Amino acid sequence: MKQPTRRTILSAAPAALAFGAPLLSARPARAAKSSGPGVTDTTIKIGNTCFYSGPASSYGTIGRAMAAYYKMVNEQGGVNGRKIIFISYDDAYSPPKTVEMTRKLVEQDQVFLDAGPLGTPTNSAIWHYMNQHKVPQLFVSTGATKWDDPKGHPWTIGWQPNYQSEGRIYAAYVLEHKPDGKIGVLYQDDDFGKDYLKGIVDGLGDKAAAMLKVKASYETTDATVDSEIIGMKAAGCDVFINTAIPKFAAQSIRKAAELEWKPLHILSSIGNSVAATLQPAGLENCKGILSDFYLKDPTDPAWKDDPGYKWWVAFMDKYYPGGDKTDGGNVYGPSNAATIVQVLQQCGDDLTRENVMKQAANLRDFRVPMLLPGITINTSPSDFAPVKQVQMGRFDGERWRLFGPLLTGAVG
Amino acid sequence: MTTPQQDSGPIAAAFRARARGAAWPTPRHWLLAGAVAVALVLPFFLQDFLVFQLTEVMIYGLAILGLNLLTGFNGQFSVGHGAFYGLGAYVTAILMSRYEVPYYWTLPAAGGICFVVGFLFGLPALRLEGLYLALATFALAVALPQVLKFHGLEAWTGGVQGIVVDQPDAPSFLPIGEDQWLYYFTLAVVLIMFAGAANIVKSRTGRAIMAIRDHPLAATAMGINAPLYKTLTFGVSALYTGVAGALGALAVQFVAPDSFGLFLSIYLLVGLIIGGMGSLPGCLFGGLFVLYVPNLAQEVSRGLAGVVYGVIMLLVIFVMPSGAAGFTRLVVARLSRSGRREPPS
Amino acid sequence: MQLLIQEVLAGLANGAIYALTALAIVMVFQAIDHLNFAQGEMATFSTFVAWQLIEWGVTYWAAFVLTVALSFAGGIAIERVLFRPLHKAPILALLVGFIALFSILNSGDGYIWNYTIKTFPTPFGTAPLFGSALLDGHQAGMIGVTAVLLGLLYFFFRGTRLGLAMRAAAANPESARLVGIRVGWMTALGWGMAAAIGAVGGMLIAPIVFLDPNMMLGVLIYGFSGAVLGGLTSPGGAVFGGFAVGVIESLAGTFIPYVGRDLNLTIALLVIVAVLMVRPTGIFGRTVASRV
Repeated sequence: MKQPTRRTILSAAPAALAFGAPLLSARPARAAKSSGPGVTDTTIKIGNTCFYSGPASSYGTIGRAMAAYYKMVNEQGGVNGRKIIFISYDDAYSPPKTVEMTRKLVEQDQVFLDAGPLGTPTNSAIWHYMNQHKVPQLFVSTGATKWDDPKGHPWTIGWQPNYQSEGRIYAAYVLEHKPDGKIGVLYQDDDFGKDYLKGIVDGLGDKAAAMLKVKASYETTDATVDSEIIGMKAAGCDVFINTAIPKFAAQSIRKAAELEWKPLHILSSIGNSVAATLQPAGLENCKGILSDFYLKDPTDPAWKDDPGYKWWVAFMDKYYPGGDKTDGGNVYGPSNAATIVQVLQQCGDDLTRENVMKQAANLRDFRVPMLLPGITINTSPSDFAPVKQVQMGRFDGERWRLFGPLLTGAVG
Repeated sequence: MTTPQQDSGPIAAAFRARARGAAWPTPRHWLLAGAVAVALVLPFFLQDFLVFQLTEVMIYGLAILGLNLLTGFNGQFSVGHGAFYGLGAYVTAILMSRYEVPYYWTLPAAGGICFVVGFLFGLPALRLEGLYLALATFALAVALPQVLKFHGLEAWTGGVQGIVVDQPDAPSFLPIGEDQWLYYFTLAVVLIMFAGAANIVKSRTGRAIMAIRDHPLAATAMGINAPLYKTLTFGVSALYTGVAGALGALAVQFVAPDSFGLFLSIYLLVGLIIGGMGSLPGCLFGGLFVLYVPNLAQEVSRGLAGVVYGVIMLLVIFVMPSGAAGFTRLVVARLSRSGRREPPS
Repeated sequence: MQLLIQEVLAGLANGAIYALTALAIVMVFQAIDHLNFAQGEMATFSTFVAWQLIEWGVTYWAAFVLTVALSFAGGIAIERVLFRPLHKAPILALLVGFIALFSILNSGDGYIWNYTIKTFPTPFGTAPLFGSALLDGHQAGMIGVTAVLLGLLYFFFRGTRLGLAMRAAAANPESARLVGIRVGWMTALGWGMAAAIGAVGGMLIAPIVFLDPNMMLGVLIYGFSGAVLGGLTSPGGAVFGGFAVGVIESLAGTFIPYVGRDLNLTIALLVIVAVLMVRPTGIFGRTVASRV
């Protein structure tokens, strides 16, 4: 296979010009007006923590995909003539290690900012520290709701739609289409699982007590969730909100099919990848399942001719050839990194940490190639939730069919 | 895993030296004094971050010491000491955040609660040996995160969100930063607790504890109340590891169920074995290993960090099968033997 | 009542997974007198090898046999290369060896085959059995294989010279050596057999839980619990223990109000520890007498 050059990337994907060009305009480096730590006339040093080892190491690919994106930016001239030095450390999903590694980044490596650190408990551990030391904790890679707190934590900002707002969207859908439904929720006994559950309960409001029949949690160490699914069917549930990670989402879809249990099935965005969840579960078992989206699923044939998708494939081929193109983390990483680059771009030569937060809170209709059509990134000094919109989709046995308007769950 | 058979090494040697009426101070004392002196001045030459790392090394060392008292000296096997570490950390976090107890009072509280829990756990553990005891302790480590997340306790534990802990400020009369202060505070606690452990080991009680490890039946026949000593050792061991957990909560300033998973227990055990069973200084070496080797592994290769970590572990254990302490003993013995051989008699 | 039956069956189906794992654990214990923490990761690695062979176009049964053979050889190789040099080291040094092996295999799996879950074929089909969806063909097949393996092992350890020699080598290496048993090779053979049984287990578990590098992480916890509950010296006990753990966990989650669903693992472990209080060497385990 021919190595795609920059030219082929750009010609293959005209849209990439729109997304990429403003970031990549190479200007000669000028002396910065004012600059924070980690910034020189030719470089900007940024940090990150990610899980490269330990039980959650499957997410390590996000950090590697981010690194690939920065490599691309540097090859194309950097940001305002400055190359990005991206230092990513392994915290093995252990909060104490995150504190150690983040302090290393801030105090020893003297990074300018922390870019897209991964995980809820891990980011919670450094939340206090970053705000105390006034180091930007930008676009944390987790959907917990608490990151949207500009008053209490002005140095931390989220990125993806938060789990609670997704939960509310599911609740709203159920209230509209099955107002007398009996709901079973499957969730991970974890921060994100409980956030989903809270969103659903809040969204159902007064009807939560009457409608929510089964709240079944699982642990990642469980072998299967068969017992939970059997319990929901036995309790007479006819709505199934499935917020499990791909492995358990796939098991539960398959088990429901085996039991011939056919509820209104809503799958969360955590587990809606075609390759990671639906194919293992059997595509024929997935027909009619609903879910919500904000990124394009690279394994969904629907995007085959989409310019943003083509740009992504070219990017992966050239800068992260070892990366798995069925893994949603490899879509997430570059999309998150692109937002960081946009903020640095907007900072111009005023590269201070204060200005970084000002620009991070000043994103206007920013587009990333792999966000769903129509979804844009917007922030303001009182709005620290960059990606807010999602769209519902229904699986037709082959691909997701998006329908309805862009939704926001409005939490925060 | 069967009972580990080790002599208590330096402690026993020191004890023998004392018994022989050797001059005081011995070279060992000079070494110790030198080490403490270095530890006292280090923070003035290092960045805050490195001071913080050294604080963590001491904390892990203390946690490993707790495990060592149980496994190394008493021969009871635990794969679940991360649970006591987590319990200690949560006691401190809850007392500080919910009840505004000053941080220094939370340490005795964490130690006390862990002692009671450890003692109570030691009672049923009396009936179990080897792998069966391992499972019981393992169960403790596996269950702790689930219990911490349990919704019935959420009002205390903060559930999955965990608890933020404020780092203690240095007393106003001292011109040092928070990290330095915590370092000295930890150093003081660690020194006191290591001295306590050295005293226990040297005492009549310590000999009883080790006799139970080396030959339980013979020890009982000699009139040692084995069940009492075993449960007490369990309690003291949990106390040590719990105090370490409390210090850990102060250093990291955050506790969450995911901080105290099964892997913490396993890493403490690895630290113990690599530092050296039944050796007090070995615990600190174990602390160094637990903190720095994963960092080293990811410097070598990010994609294969786990592979590198495993390979380092294997290499270390190939070179020093009885841990750093055993290795040092071996080297010292060789050197002194060859030194003795040199002058032809 | 119907819920009870369903949950018991769901527990038995999971229990079959734990039983198979427990059996492999007991097998290693019989052969080397240790608990191998890396047992699960070895099985996962074997299963990935089988998956890769099938991807390359090898038929299921050929891949199955080839994987078992390769795992057997691999187990012997691990013993010869990694653990032979440690045989004089303190017992706990071996533990570090197991943990190292665990770390290497787990991380290596992810590096080679990535973390996306993979389907693994089943030779038994997934058609529901007995006209209901309570137990499918694969689950029944797995229970069957567990029974057959158990029978074979029982016969091997009780009825063959090699099996007896192996047990002797593990239980009392010194005396075994005196009666002419090559203890070193017996240990290696034990590793090989454990790896092979692990491979069979992995290939039967993967169709249910899906194949990924962390497939056996949780399963091993339950398998270990099952083995200890049943008694580490008894293959039959281990299988019983595995099934029991599955059923306890399933029932605790469904029928204990308030705490059950969130603390099912904790409750299962509590039950096991409680049983150990009464039977300190497991339900079917032998108490080893020691001489003073």
